[in-house]
Amino acid sequence: MPDRVKVAIIGPGNIGSDLMYKIFRSKHLELAMMCGIVESEGIKRAQSEGIPTTIEGVDGLIKDGDPDIKIVFDATSAAAHLKFNGPKLKENHKIAIDLTPAAIGPYCVPVVNLQELEEAPNINMVTCGGQATIPIVYAVSRVAGAEYAEIISCISSKSAGPGTRANMDEFTETTAKAIEVVGGADKGKAIIILNPAEPPLMMTDTIHVKVKDKTVPFETIKQSIEDMVKELQQYVPGYVLRVPPTMEDDKVTVIAQVEGQADFLPAYSGNLDIINSAAIAAAEKIAEKLLKEGSN
Amino acid sequence: MDNIKITMVDTTLRDGSHAVRHSYTEEQVAAIAGGLDKAGIDFIELTHGDGLGGSSYNYGFSKVSEFDLLTAASSKIENAKLTVLLLPGIGTIADLKQAQKCGAKAVRVATHVTEADVSAEHIYAAKDLGMFAVGFLMMTHMAPVERIVEEAKKMESYGADYINLADSAGYLLPEGVKERIEAVTQAVKIPVGFHAHNNLGMAIANSLMAVQSGATFIDGTLRGLGAGAGNAQIEVLAGVLKRSGYDVNADFYKLMDIAQDSVDPIMLRPQTIDNGSLMLGYAGVYSSFLLHVYDAVKTYELDPRDIMVELGKRGMVGGQEDMIIDVAYQLKNGLVK
Repeated sequence: MPDRVKVAIIGPGNIGSDLMYKIFRSKHLELAMMCGIVESEGIKRAQSEGIPTTIEGVDGLIKDGDPDIKIVFDATSAAAHLKFNGPKLKENHKIAIDLTPAAIGPYCVPVVNLQELEEAPNINMVTCGGQATIPIVYAVSRVAGAEYAEIISCISSKSAGPGTRANMDEFTETTAKAIEVVGGADKGKAIIILNPAEPPLMMTDTIHVKVKDKTVPFETIKQSIEDMVKELQQYVPGYVLRVPPTMEDDKVTVIAQVEGQADFLPAYSGNLDIINSAAIAAAEKIAEKLLKEGSN
Repeated sequence: MDNIKITMVDTTLRDGSHAVRHSYTEEQVAAIAGGLDKAGIDFIELTHGDGLGGSSYNYGFSKVSEFDLLTAASSKIENAKLTVLLLPGIGTIADLKQAQKCGAKAVRVATHVTEADVSAEHIYAAKDLGMFAVGFLMMTHMAPVERIVEEAKKMESYGADYINLADSAGYLLPEGVKERIEAVTQAVKIPVGFHAHNNLGMAIANSLMAVQSGATFIDGTLRGLGAGAGNAQIEVLAGVLKRSGYDVNADFYKLMDIAQDSVDPIMLRPQTIDNGSLMLGYAGVYSSFLLHVYDAVKTYELDPRDIMVELGKRGMVGGQEDMIIDVAYQLKNGLVK
């Protein structure tokens, strides 16, 4: 009986390379292919680690990849996921973990809703800012309801790649929607700021939630947030509260910081670390389930 | 001086929105926009102070939706271009389309001085919508001249109709304005503009230096109403530019009248250089932080100047109002190194 599920990565850029190192640490995942479209640095990096590679993208994966590959991380672009990778992975019965903003499948914030999504053939990892803030929104909404939630995510300029820069609206719109759908707020709003300070600043995330039920004691809300942070820290060890929960009238405010694990990207890239860590957490949970089914 | 034409951009209804804590009503903006239009102002900017979508906990909620305000202003404007501000990361193309439906004809897409590439999708979208588009670089005191030139050229390449350099912290002295405007006017083929803040009392002097250095678009607000110590006072600016021999459309008397009749009555505080504003200029901190710092010191019982100095040290940029709470909390709890 195998103790690991075989996985692949499409897109050997910064995200894909960081994912690779995270998979090497995983108890349940085995990286069986890295897929690119040119002989890039990322492809060479994977080769040097002894990982099979293809430069024919998703087609190379289907054609030459180990048929036992069950889960595929897509770290390309929304357009590529929508047009090629998403449909082809579906056709070939591979579970897709989508790190692009394409969102063919449901939004996944592991600590909030992974349990409901274990059967989904395609899950979307929202955005880095979403992964860092939606757990807090949910922690408030599950005990006191949330009429409105607003997040401000600041990332260092150096950790914002060309994809993020060319698609600022995708970030704000996707995050806002997921604050509603996953976080449980009636209305969501997201703001993203790039800061060029040197040395680069850690990712910071401010979360404001307007509660519905003002009779819920602040201690209850605070406890719910603290419990959530502990759960989140299980897969994002660098997640800490810079400013603990405060409450003013019906507004709860928290400021968090995400320090990355520096697997491939520097520690200030907490934004990339958290979305990748969330994707790995989701994959491990799905892998555990597959392994259990396989052994039955 | 051969009567160089200077285009005046009034932002009382946008930057001034900070000073009235985003409380503008439809009647107020209709009166001010109508007055500015009759006074011959070329561009009238109106949105939340932080641009489209700025209404939030972070920046303060608008009393009246900016789309309703745009509709009200638009009905009173015959000649001027109704203009909106858009900061990518806060406002979106969807907001811009809505603003256009409400009468906006121009958009200024603003980014931190080193981050021009985040404006590409919004400038492209504006041009596709047939709007006049401006590339707006904020906090220009924070980057060396060569970098500003590089970023301005990017915005030019996206299709911007002119480049506006903002001294968002009111930090620059005339020499700093001169070198920036000269370098950018030499590097790009499109016109260059300037947006001053008066935190060090330099707004009019810096604006005059900007036009003497080649800028042909200049920002101002009635009574100087704006973030921090406010902006270049536009009725003063009109007088100064006329006296200096520049060709401006604006009617000097009518601008004074509209300031007195429509702006004086709605001001929440005199637009002076108070201690907080002075500290913004001295420490190089984004002007719209001012009132949020004043709010934070009420909760945390601190000297507003200490918060500003720490914000300046950390290199906070426009839009990071949330970090005021962060700094206040850390100062209060002895966590600042």
